[in-house]
Amino acid sequence: MSAVSEVALAPQEPAYDVERVRAEFPILAEKVHGKPLVYLDNAATTQKPRAVIDALRGYYEHTNANIHRGVHVLSQRATEAYEGTRERVRRFLNAASAREIVFTRGTTEAINLVAQSYGRSRLKAGDEILISALEHHSNIVPWQLLCEQVGAVLRVVPIGDAGELLFEDYEKVLGPRTRLVALAHVSNALGTVLPVRRAIELAHAHGVPVLLDGAQAAAHQPVDVRALECDFYAFSGHKIYGPTGIGVLYGRRGLLEAMPPYQGGGDMIRTVTFEKSTWADIPHKFEAGTPNIAGTIGLGAALEFVERIGLEAIAAHEAGLLEYASGRAAEVPGLRIVGTAPEKAGILSFVLEGIHPHDIGTILDTQGVAVRAGHHCAMPVMQRFHVPATARASFALYNTRAEVDALIAAIDKAKELFG
Amino acid sequence: MSDLRELYQEVIFDHNRHPRNFGRPRGANRSAHGYNPLCGDKVTIYLRVEDGVIRDAAFEGSGCAISTASASLMTEALKGKTEAEASRLFEGFHDMVTGAGAHAELGKLEVLGGVREFPMRVKCATLAWHTLSAALKGGGEPVTTE
Repeated sequence: MSAVSEVALAPQEPAYDVERVRAEFPILAEKVHGKPLVYLDNAATTQKPRAVIDALRGYYEHTNANIHRGVHVLSQRATEAYEGTRERVRRFLNAASAREIVFTRGTTEAINLVAQSYGRSRLKAGDEILISALEHHSNIVPWQLLCEQVGAVLRVVPIGDAGELLFEDYEKVLGPRTRLVALAHVSNALGTVLPVRRAIELAHAHGVPVLLDGAQAAAHQPVDVRALECDFYAFSGHKIYGPTGIGVLYGRRGLLEAMPPYQGGGDMIRTVTFEKSTWADIPHKFEAGTPNIAGTIGLGAALEFVERIGLEAIAAHEAGLLEYASGRAAEVPGLRIVGTAPEKAGILSFVLEGIHPHDIGTILDTQGVAVRAGHHCAMPVMQRFHVPATARASFALYNTRAEVDALIAAIDKAKELFG
Repeated sequence: MSDLRELYQEVIFDHNRHPRNFGRPRGANRSAHGYNPLCGDKVTIYLRVEDGVIRDAAFEGSGCAISTASASLMTEALKGKTEAEASRLFEGFHDMVTGAGAHAELGKLEVLGGVREFPMRVKCATLAWHTLSAALKGGGEPVTTE
């Protein structure tokens, strides 16, 4: 045998070693109802790798102190770790400056911050805010509250039967009264990846800033806020393998500097007198009160973990899973996939003829398969597709084809039970 | 599968596929809407109450197998009951599905006893009953399970 053929026969190094990734998540060894856990509810929240769990523990065991004001060693350590994470987030999003990174409780708070600070100070009666028909409630309701406060009008760009943004309608709705565009980067209920680069380009041509709700995007594809040229970008730590209660708002420096504070309190001021207080510079102006220091440090560990594996590799792995799962699901008689846009992330929303999604959820759970059943905080999307709810399997970097097979087997079981 | 069979008994499948007393009956003089915002289940309960006695009971709506079967079985059980008896039945039913311990004899409604092993599904089973309470009190605002 020649050396050449030996090389050809040697087993190839797998491009993506999912078993090695899985080994980093202690919870994936759990059994549910006596069966191995098949966790497919990642759009709701992701599981945490040991690196994140260790970072939280390490913080409380070796660092815990309040930040920015202590002169003692622990406070210095905590401050460095906290601000170090801000720099890591800057790199992660490719923002121009760490000052453009504001820590929030999550995507929801980040959007509310923009609505109440930017929106309330700039929008007037008759001004329009533009969103799409596939938004999560957290990118609808903050704008409705703002509209009530200032008399602005919420305009909704419709979606097509596949769950795709109707770009021609977007172009029509975007008009002289539009003051802000707020779009999901990826739909949580349908998996649609929106054409955000084009949407931003068009909005900017009208002089309109754009906020992207990146809750379902940041963990699944590389995000470069300067390449996107977006004005605000929001994401949640817990959907990118980090802790709950921590999230990020990226805002363009000029916009953030001109915005009034969102909440008042400690850490966001320069001087306080009873007559008048002055604000700290960005980003601290938007971080009133003792923040979620441990959560921030946990987020830093999560981003480091994700970067180590690589978002391009993660995206490719999840795209493969989605393709496999969509193909297998299409073979199930009576199953209809809700959300079939050409550009999709790893979300498979579906309904089964004759079995309500809530019943599907319970039956799948008894087989160890965790999915979400419900409206996914996107009631208008459910109305658009004339379904009360869907069952949703959503994939993450640790999911496998064998888990997709377990999902399909559990669906078969539900069908068998319901006859 | 044993727990699942406990939850999804044949009677439940039967009432899910062929709900009894489905539709809006003539002469109904009490009604109420119920809604479970978590799963989107909707139910409307219609009653004809005369001299404190439920002469007719029916429902409309859409929901999971548990909520549909529960509404169907409930309307069957209510006919001929006084308002006070209906309230006591709800108490007994609630105790059964929440596993609160000993509960009153519930007859055919006992098929929903398996719900006690599935705490996330208690609201599905009780939606129709909460809506019944609202209808007996005169209706008005839709009730929700939240």
